Amino acid sequence: MTIGLEHYLILSAILFSIGLYGALSKHNAIVILMCIEIMLSAVNVALVAFSRYIVPTEYTGQVFAIFTIAVAAAETAIGLAIIISIYRSRETIDAGKIDLMKW
Amino acid sequence: MGQVIAFWIFAVIIVAAALGVVLLRNVFRAAMLLILSFLGIAGIYILLNADFLAAIQVLIYVGAIGILIILAIMLTREVPLGSPSNKFQIPAFIIAALLFAGVCYAVLNTEWLISTQSPAQTTTSSIAIRLFGKDGFVLPLQIIPILLLATVLSAIVLVKDRK
Repeated sequence: MTIGLEHYLILSAILFSIGLYGALSKHNAIVILMCIEIMLSAVNVALVAFSRYIVPTEYTGQVFAIFTIAVAAAETAIGLAIIISIYRSRETIDAGKIDLMKW
Repeated sequence: MGQVIAFWIFAVIIVAAALGVVLLRNVFRAAMLLILSFLGIAGIYILLNADFLAAIQVLIYVGAIGILIILAIMLTREVPLGSPSNKFQIPAFIIAALLFAGVCYAVLNTEWLISTQSPAQTTTSSIAIRLFGKDGFVLPLQIIPILLLATVLSAIVLVKDRK
């Protein structure tokens, strides 16, 4: 039995589903951000697997993964800054209680 | 054969750590498991002949993002609160399971055009040629520094004391 493209894609799908479940069902804003990181990593695994098995000499998937990692780092920094800022003014990071903009 | 064993070890570690992030109530342990899962993904990159990306993964995800998240957990002091689930637990599980089933169906029923070429042993120089060479990605590469600069500035502005 050898490991093929499908194995990596299914691993990526499992990781993405776990991240989606966590992002939808958690109260703590930092845990939601961690779950979004899991989803981004899952997409990176799929991109690199496609790059390895479909176009092994082109490296387009790996280049895309590099850009995704850069944007994910920026997103984490801004997200955590917003969470800390909210914690200062409202003393909570419970996503259900941050309802200032709720209609 | 060694690749098969390594893949299953990494896959089990990654999925177990990700499940721990979602299911554990202690936020700090969840962050530690998140870092473990990032390390496992770096191993998966090595199995996929992407050595440069594996190094990037360890540097940025394990190093930078892991430290950032742990720092944010310490600064917000909500560890006693834990990470309880909200009332959408069952709908969220159903949505995630439906997405997983759909992706599995699509992956297993598609005829992938698997290439028979063998990948290069080291990828760093090839990625550099792909990024900077003809038909490369020079413009996106110059937008990324602007994005990072805006990130640094806005993170400082957001966290600064207003007094």
